[in-house]
Amino acid sequence: MNKQPNLERRLRRAELRGQLRAYLLIAPLFIFVALSFLLPLGSVLLNSFHDPVVPEGLPLTVSALEKWNGPRTQIPPEPVFEALAQDMKAAVASEKISPIATRLNFEESGTRSIFMRAARKVSTQESGPWQPFFENADPAWGQPKVWGIIRNLSSENHTLFFLSALDFQRQSSGEISLQDEGQRIHVTVFMRTVGVALTVTLMCLLLGFPLAYLLAHMQDKQANMLLILVLLPFWTSLLVRTTAWMVMLQKEGVVNSTLQALGLIAEPLALVFNRFGVIVAMTHILLPFTILPMYSVMRQIPPSYVRAARSLGAKPMTAFFRVYLPQCLPGISAGALLVFILSLGYYITPALVGGAADQMISYFVADNIGRSLNWGLASALSAILLGAVLLLYWVYDRLVGVGNVRLG
Amino acid sequence: MFTKIRVNLTGVASAVALTLLPVIVQAQSITVTAWGGAYTKSQEEAMYKPFTAKSGIKVLSQDYNGDLAEIAAQVKTGNVKWDVVDVELAEAIKGCEEGLFEKIDASKLPAGDDGTPATKDFLPGLVTPCAVANIYYANVVAYDKAKLGANGPKSLNDYFDTSKFPGKRGMRKHPSVNMEWALMADGVAPADIYKVLATPAGVERAFKKLDTIKSSVVWWTAGAQPPQLLASGEVVMTSVYHGRIFDANAKDKRDFALVWDGQVQVPDLFVIVKGTKNLAAAQDFVRFATSTTALTEQAKWIPYAPARNSSLGKIPAATKAWLPNGGHSGRQMLTSAQFWSEYGDDLNKRFSVWLAK
Amino acid sequence: MSISNLPLYTTTLQRFRHWLLLIGCGAILFFLVAPVLVVIPLAFNNEPYFHFPIHTYSLRWFHELFTNPVWLSAISNSLVTATLATLLATTLGTLAAVGLNHRNLPGKRLIMAILVSPMIVPVVVLAVGAYFFFSKLGIANSLLGIVLVHAALGMPFVVITVTATLGGFDMNLLRAARSLGASQFFAFRKIMLPLVWPGVLSGALFAFATSFDEVVVVLFLGGAEQTTLPRQMWTGLREQLSPTILAAAFVLIIFAIFLLLTLELLRRRSVALRGIAE
Repeated sequence: MNKQPNLERRLRRAELRGQLRAYLLIAPLFIFVALSFLLPLGSVLLNSFHDPVVPEGLPLTVSALEKWNGPRTQIPPEPVFEALAQDMKAAVASEKISPIATRLNFEESGTRSIFMRAARKVSTQESGPWQPFFENADPAWGQPKVWGIIRNLSSENHTLFFLSALDFQRQSSGEISLQDEGQRIHVTVFMRTVGVALTVTLMCLLLGFPLAYLLAHMQDKQANMLLILVLLPFWTSLLVRTTAWMVMLQKEGVVNSTLQALGLIAEPLALVFNRFGVIVAMTHILLPFTILPMYSVMRQIPPSYVRAARSLGAKPMTAFFRVYLPQCLPGISAGALLVFILSLGYYITPALVGGAADQMISYFVADNIGRSLNWGLASALSAILLGAVLLLYWVYDRLVGVGNVRLG
Repeated sequence: MFTKIRVNLTGVASAVALTLLPVIVQAQSITVTAWGGAYTKSQEEAMYKPFTAKSGIKVLSQDYNGDLAEIAAQVKTGNVKWDVVDVELAEAIKGCEEGLFEKIDASKLPAGDDGTPATKDFLPGLVTPCAVANIYYANVVAYDKAKLGANGPKSLNDYFDTSKFPGKRGMRKHPSVNMEWALMADGVAPADIYKVLATPAGVERAFKKLDTIKSSVVWWTAGAQPPQLLASGEVVMTSVYHGRIFDANAKDKRDFALVWDGQVQVPDLFVIVKGTKNLAAAQDFVRFATSTTALTEQAKWIPYAPARNSSLGKIPAATKAWLPNGGHSGRQMLTSAQFWSEYGDDLNKRFSVWLAK
Repeated sequence: MSISNLPLYTTTLQRFRHWLLLIGCGAILFFLVAPVLVVIPLAFNNEPYFHFPIHTYSLRWFHELFTNPVWLSAISNSLVTATLATLLATTLGTLAAVGLNHRNLPGKRLIMAILVSPMIVPVVVLAVGAYFFFSKLGIANSLLGIVLVHAALGMPFVVITVTATLGGFDMNLLRAARSLGASQFFAFRKIMLPLVWPGVLSGALFAFATSFDEVVVVLFLGGAEQTTLPRQMWTGLREQLSPTILAAAFVLIIFAIFLLLTLELLRRRSVALRGIAE
C-alpha cells in the first residue's frame, strides 16, 4: 500500500525526465530555427508596420505637431516651423536628412525636393521667424498638404504600408482613399497570383490523377520503375527545369521547330514569356506534388470495394465515381492544397518564363526591395502572402497532418 | 554522437575560415562595377590593366544594370563590396544626395594632356561633388541592315510605327529614354520634353504613346541583350546603347545600322561608394581612369565620347563619325539629370505599374 | 492488374478505356521527362543555338564551364555552401527527430508544424526577412548568412525522413540493450544509429540538393564572392541564354540522377536492415 504513491511519483518523474531529455534533443534545432527562420520572418512582419524614420528623424517637429493638434486643413503655427528647422539642422549635421526626405517622397512624389530645398538652406538662418523662411524656400510649406504627410508618418507604427499593399492610400487630409488608376496594381497582382495558382492546381490534378491511378494499380516492381520517371524531374534543379522550358518553348525552340517541320503551323507560336509558358512550366514542376500523395492514398484503397460495387450491378463508371473517387479524396485534397500553397509563393519560374504582365506577388516583394528600396511595402506584401500561406498550411495540417508529407 | 560532433566542429571551423578568407585576399584589390559586355571590356583595356600595371593594385570587375538599389543596400548594411561604380548622371546626383557616395575633390583631378586644368577640361556639368564623368553615349534605335536593307527605319517616329514596320521592338525595361522618346515621337520638340514630362498630362501622353506599341515590345535589361535580340531575329528594331552596335559590327561581323534621329545622350561617371575599405586606392583609380590618356584609349574600344576636351581632340576621324556629337542629322537631346533625380522615383513606380498591367 | 493482361471478360469499351488510360499516362510521363532529357543533347551542340537538328557535337561548353574562373568559383561556392548547410541541418535535424520520437510529448504537433514550415513558406519572404535581420547582425553579405538560411531550408527534409525511419524502428531493441547494461547513449550509438543511418543519409542528401539548387536566398543574401552555380545560371538566364548554362544544367541533371539512385539504394538498404519485406 505504501509503495503505491511512491511508484506513481517515480513513474511520473521518470516520464518527465524522458520528456525533458526529448526537449533537450529538440532544443538546438529549435534555437537554430528561431534564429534563421522565425526571427527573419518576424523582421518582415515588424517592418510592415514599424516605421520610425520620421519620429526619430524629426522628433521636435512630431511632438510640436502633437501639441498643436490642429485641423488638417490649416498649416501649423510658428513653433512647429521652428521645431522643424531645429530638426533639419540636426539631421543635416548628422547626414541623416536624406532618408527622411526619401520616406516622405514615398507618400507623395515631389515631397523630397520640397523638403530638401528647405534643408539645403536651413543652415543659413540662425533663428526665427521660420514660417517665412520655409515658405520662401518652397511655397508648398504654406499649404497643408506636406504637413498632412508628415502627420501621417508621425507615429512609429502605422498601417500605411498595408494600405499601399491593398492599393489604398492615406491622403494628407487623413482620409483613406483608393490610389490613382496609374498607381493601382497590387490587388490585380493578388488576384492574378490566386488565379494562376488555381489553374496550376487544376492542371496538376487533371494530369496527376490518371498517372497516380495507373501507378497504384500496377505491380509494385513496375510501379517503382515508373515512379523513378516521376521523381527524376522532381529532383532535378528548379532552374534546370525552367531553363528546359525556356529552350523548348521559345520562338526557335524545340516545340515550334517540330510543329513547323510537321507542317502544322506556318509562323512560330508565342509559347513563352506569356501566361501559357508560366502555366505549363509551373504545372510541370509541381506535378509530382500531386502524384505522390494521390499515389500513396490510392495504394491503400482495397480493390474489394470496387469489385463489390460491380458485383451489385454498378457500371464501371458508376463504381468509379461513387465508390473509388470518394476514397481518393484525402490524397486529392492533400496534393491540391500542397500545390496551391507552393504556387502562391512562386518567384523564379514566372520571372523567367513569364512576361511583364504575368508576374506574381513574390516578384513585387523582390522588386520593392531591389528596385524601389521600399522595405516597408515589400514587408506588407510579404506579410499578406505569408498570412495566406500560413492559413492554408493550418488547414493542410488539420486535413492531412504535416508529419505525413511523403517524399517518395 | 561523437563522430557527429567532430564533424560539426570542423564545419564550424571551415565556415569561420571561409568568411575570413575574402578579407585576407582582398587586401590588394579594388572592385569596379560597370555595365558589362563591350563596355566593361573597353574599361578593362583602357583603365583596369594600365592601372594595375602602374600601381600594382588588382582591379576586379563586376557587372550591374544601373540600379542604385544594390549600392544603397551595401551602404545601408555596412557591407560595401563595390569600391568604384560607373553610374549615369541622374544616379550620380541622386546617390550623392542620399549619402551613398564619397565626395571627390575636383582640385585633385589630373590636368589634361595639353595642360588645361581638370575643372576646365571636362565638359560642363560633368564633374559633380561625388562623381567624375568618363564618357557620354547615346540611346538610339538600331536595326539589322542585313535583314531590312534600304527599307529600314529612318527616324524615331518609325520606331513607334507598327503599320509601316511590323514586328517586335526591343526596349529597355526602364522609364528613362522611353518616356522622352514617346513624347518626341508624339511631336514634342527636344527642348520642351522635360517641361511637358513634369506635368501629369505630359506623363499620361507619354504612356499613351507607349501603349501603342506595348504589345510588340520585348523588354531588355542588360546592355548586351539588344544586339543579341537583333541577331536572333527576335526583334525587328531595338533601343540600344549605341556603342554596343559598333562592337557587334566589329566583333561579330554584323551589319547593324543606327537611327541617330531622336538620340538621347547620357553621361557616365565614376563614383566611389561610401564606406569603402579601399578609399585611397579607389581615389587613385578614379584619377587615373579619367585622365586624358585613359579616355582616349577607351574610345579605341568603344565609340563613346570622352568627357574631356583634351581627349576629344585626339580621337581619329573614323571613330569620330560614331560619336554622338559626330555631326549626325536629326533630333538630339541630353538627358536631364535634374529631372530624373527629382521625378525618377515616381516615374519608376508608374512604369512598373504600367508594365505589370 | 498488370499492363497488358486484361481478364477475358472485359468488353471492347473497357479495353478501349484501358488503352486510353495507358496512352494518356504515357503522354503525361513524356511531358514530365522530355524537357529534362531535351536539354541533354543541346548541351553538346557545337553551335550556340537551342533547337534541333544538331549538326556537330562538341564539348566546348563544358570546356567553358570548367575553365572559366567565374563558373569555377560558382561551382566551388555551391559545393562549400551546400556541404556546410547539410552538416548543420543533418546534425541538428537528426537530434531533433530522435527527440520527437518520444511517444508522449506535449506540443509535438506544434513543434513538428514549425519545424516543417520552411518547406511551405515562400522562399522570397524568408530571404527578405533574413536580409533585414542579418543586416542588423552584420552578416548579410556573407557565407555564414547563406549557410544559416540554407540549413533552415534543408532541415525539414532531414526531420521528416529521420522521423519516418525512426517510425519503423523497433524501440524494443533499445530496451533490450538497456536491460543488458548499456547506457542510454551507448545504446543509441551502437544499436539505433547503425540501423537508421540510411534514413539520416537520405535526409542529408535532400538537404544537400535543396541547398545546391537554391537561388532566391543567394540573390538576396549573397555578394559577388558568394555567387553559387544557380545564381550564376540565373544571371545568364535573365540576360542571355548562353549554352554554358545548358552545360551547367547537364551537370545538375547527372547530379539529380545520382541522387535518385543513391536514395533508392538507401531505401532498399534501410528495408534490409530492418528486416521487413516491403
